[in-house]
Amino acid sequence: MLGLNKSASKPPEETDAKRVQFNSRLLPYLFLAPQMAIIFIFFYWPSVQAIHSSFYLEDPFGFGSTFVGLANYTDVLKSGEYLGIARFTAVFTALVTFFSLAIGLLLAVKADGVIRGNATYKTLLIWVYAIAPPVAGLMGMMMFDQHIGPLVKVAAFFGWDMKVGLNYNDTAFAMIVVSVWKQIPYNFIFFLSGLQGIPVSVREAALMDCRSGFRRFWTVILPLLAPTAFFLLIINTTYALFDTFGVIDVMVKDKAANNPITLVYKVYMDGFRGNDLGGSSAQSVILMIIVFVLTIFQFRFIERRVHYN
Amino acid sequence: MAAINITNVSKIYAGGVEAVKSVSIDIEDGEFIVLVGPSGCGKSTLLRMVAGLEAISKGTVEIGDRVINDVEPAERDIAMVFQNYALYPHMTVYNNLAYGLKNRGTPKAEIDARVAEAARMLEIEQYLTRKPRALSGGQRQRVAMGRAIVRKPAAFLFDEPLSNLDAKLRVSMRGEIKQLQKRLGTTSLYVTHDQLEAMTLADRLVVLNGGQIEQIGRPLDVYHTPASTFVASFIGSPAMNLLRGTREGNQLHFGSQVLDVGRAAAFPGPITVGIRAEDLRIANTGEQALTLKVEYIEELGAQRLVHGTVDGKKLTASLSPEIGIGETLSLSIAPERLHFFDADTGKRLAQPSAASDGKRVEMLAIAEA
Repeated sequence: MLGLNKSASKPPEETDAKRVQFNSRLLPYLFLAPQMAIIFIFFYWPSVQAIHSSFYLEDPFGFGSTFVGLANYTDVLKSGEYLGIARFTAVFTALVTFFSLAIGLLLAVKADGVIRGNATYKTLLIWVYAIAPPVAGLMGMMMFDQHIGPLVKVAAFFGWDMKVGLNYNDTAFAMIVVSVWKQIPYNFIFFLSGLQGIPVSVREAALMDCRSGFRRFWTVILPLLAPTAFFLLIINTTYALFDTFGVIDVMVKDKAANNPITLVYKVYMDGFRGNDLGGSSAQSVILMIIVFVLTIFQFRFIERRVHYN
Repeated sequence: MAAINITNVSKIYAGGVEAVKSVSIDIEDGEFIVLVGPSGCGKSTLLRMVAGLEAISKGTVEIGDRVINDVEPAERDIAMVFQNYALYPHMTVYNNLAYGLKNRGTPKAEIDARVAEAARMLEIEQYLTRKPRALSGGQRQRVAMGRAIVRKPAAFLFDEPLSNLDAKLRVSMRGEIKQLQKRLGTTSLYVTHDQLEAMTLADRLVVLNGGQIEQIGRPLDVYHTPASTFVASFIGSPAMNLLRGTREGNQLHFGSQVLDVGRAAAFPGPITVGIRAEDLRIANTGEQALTLKVEYIEELGAQRLVHGTVDGKKLTASLSPEIGIGETLSLSIAPERLHFFDADTGKRLAQPSAASDGKRVEMLAIAEA
């Protein structure tokens, strides 16, 4: 009907029994076209644009641009401010990724063990995921508000005079807490479905082979969750690097300049607030390279240890 | 090595469903017990209660002289073989075997020795470094067996271990399990729905129905002296013919047809009569006989199964292939080969000496709930 023809003539030994053959050579490209168009328009084209403009000094009012070679890059990399933000981004990403994965996993393991009323638990835990990042940021701000924030009051009870928006470390703390909180439900869903994908009989076999629940978790459950965990590691790293933009924006906007921000927010600040399109482009190219290297590293060195069933 | 005593064990689920109803089985040291019954009869639940994978609602289970109701599964000194093997997919065969020993703090040299021994016994030595996914179904089953053997437990529990194998492999693995168990002398509890597997493996069979024991006994005793119509129809292939009839004097009436049973009636009135297909033979001329209206024939090679009706009721006879078959057959049966069951309860009524080989048949203990 669509010009598809399942290759029934192939003997079953030839592994790929599902391979589909096309009658027309153009058809596969036609099917691929929408996806390719999206990738091209939203990824390759902007990337090329960014790389291009990173070599130019753009006039803030749009009256032409001047070629400056690598000056934008050297300016950025020499800037102490930029390196400080890069350092904060690394710490922020590591902490957000670690805590959102760890807490998501912990909750999933516990929810998986609940027998009575587990649907309620799961719904309550997944709920948070439906909140849009800026709203989460806003809610986070209110939790950490100087006057009405309950978390500030709790901190005050322990003698911690928390000043989110004024104190660098306090703001960083609040940003990490809100970002982690926002991402937990996502990780929870995936870990839970991963746990439920582990055959019951394998768990039971482990129950007979190993007395300690803790040890069972590390030696049987976690290795079988590794594919899920690896996927989430990549997703969460990307989340912490890029998707926390909304949270950060709400938390630091209109605040004194001494607030912690991440690299992606710096790109936005320099590009759209500072009108330094060249410098901003250079930064986004650097960011692109960082993500690229990080992903390759993860696939090369971590995925090797992952067992796919 | 240990005896297992299951005493008045019940499983009651939330909501009041009683899956196992006060079951008692005493398993001797080294004995091979097979729990057999249709799906939903509670056989797996019973096994899982012994394993510790299900809580015991009532009653006690003892392994050795220790009540293990509240003992962790890993500390019950048992090993289980699962239907779908339940191998750890991320571990090599060696580690699958060694895992339980490592967790018990067994010294490395001892682990190596035991794994090597089990691997040799099961002929899986060349696969020790492979992962389970690189093995065939039969090889995986051997690994699952090996995992149980290396632990040297007091008892083996088997939960339909052969159901996932193809028919040919199932027969050969069946033989191997039997031999292995005899060699190791480990007490074994084996669950299956396959009556043939049960007959061939068991030292003693436990036939379960609706959470209750219908009969416990040696395979041949159960076959020749079924305690109820349920056991009669479940054990043996083809299933025992069960015909409703009426007993009057020393005659049995099946509608219009009459069969002489020789002796005087001990229990007159309506009755269920059991007839094994292989006990039927062609009647001699002039002999009183049942007339079978032949419907179809199944050729099995060594014998042929003739399916038909006697006075509208289904009956199967197993006859030699040499006998020519027309539209009807006159069939006769030695009176002592007949089985009598209560028409209402289905319980066996008398114990005619029915053993075909002339062996003495004991009165069988019928465990009443």
